[in-house]
Amino acid sequence: MDASTDVRASGAGSSTQRLWPFLLVGIAFGVVLVKSEVVSWFRIQEMFRFQSFHMYGVIASAISVAAIGRRLLGLSRVAESPSTRHWLGGTAFGLGWGLTGACPGPTYALIGGGYSAYVVVLVAALVGAWTYGRFRPSLPH
Amino acid sequence: MYEAATGPWPWYVAGPLIGLLVPVLHLLGRRFGVSSSLRHACAAMVPGKAEYFRYDWRSEGGWNLIFVFGILLGGVAAATLLPSAAEVDLAPATRAALETLGLHDFGGLAPSELFAWDRLASVGGFMAMVVGGFLVGFGTRYANGCTSGHAITGLAELRLSSLGAVLGFFAGGLAATHFLLPLVLGG
Repeated sequence: MDASTDVRASGAGSSTQRLWPFLLVGIAFGVVLVKSEVVSWFRIQEMFRFQSFHMYGVIASAISVAAIGRRLLGLSRVAESPSTRHWLGGTAFGLGWGLTGACPGPTYALIGGGYSAYVVVLVAALVGAWTYGRFRPSLPH
Repeated sequence: MYEAATGPWPWYVAGPLIGLLVPVLHLLGRRFGVSSSLRHACAAMVPGKAEYFRYDWRSEGGWNLIFVFGILLGGVAAATLLPSAAEVDLAPATRAALETLGLHDFGGLAPSELFAWDRLASVGGFMAMVVGGFLVGFGTRYANGCTSGHAITGLAELRLSSLGAVLGFFAGGLAATHFLLPLVLGG
């Protein structure tokens, strides 16, 4: 058992795990998402039209720092092969990302930022998640 | 200083800050990912008979629901304390392409011609908000992750399944941008 499952196990069993750090981390994340315009439908259009480096820079540097951080924490690679769920589910999400211009994180940040029409996007996403759960047994994975 | 904070943050500031969430959340005993909040919210509100929603969402997902509520508060904080420019400094080529599709309002972070309550009954607004939102929820749960869980955390873990999912994200995003949008906007 590695360190993460240790902590998780102790946190999961009790209701005493402090939750406020997650609120603070979430707030910081939300501020970065809005101020870097990662939440912008226009920026996502630039990305899918290959007309700006901005989004690629954000994603690539995020992955790099995340990878370095994991290495410093002594974590190794995770072996998991792609299967049908990753290809089909990934493509379905991509279609939605292209239309809404927002992945789930930005959807929450946009609602907070006053773009109330994204409440519709969130409710539709909840219906989508529920539909997946309902039909999960009959979908190829 | 204040000007640097209110103006759009460059990728080399935003990207590393986002990447830091992976080790920080690991130290807090959790794995960075946003879309599982959709599952936890369903499990909390309308689990129904589906096995997928019958688990202890408080202990498994309580932190995640607090985290996404934080993201929403971060959106409030950014909008009120660090107000942005009236328009995104969009690449001219993108602007021209979107104008060809019939969009004219480039103010704010999302086009008011698609993302507004009174656009719900229009084909474009319905596709962008309702169909798009549905696909985000359905697809991220089917793929077991979104941009945070697969593209950032998963690729940092050198997970091949995440690479597959990210290729799917891009295939879908390109199809939506270059085929679906022109179709529904009639450009």
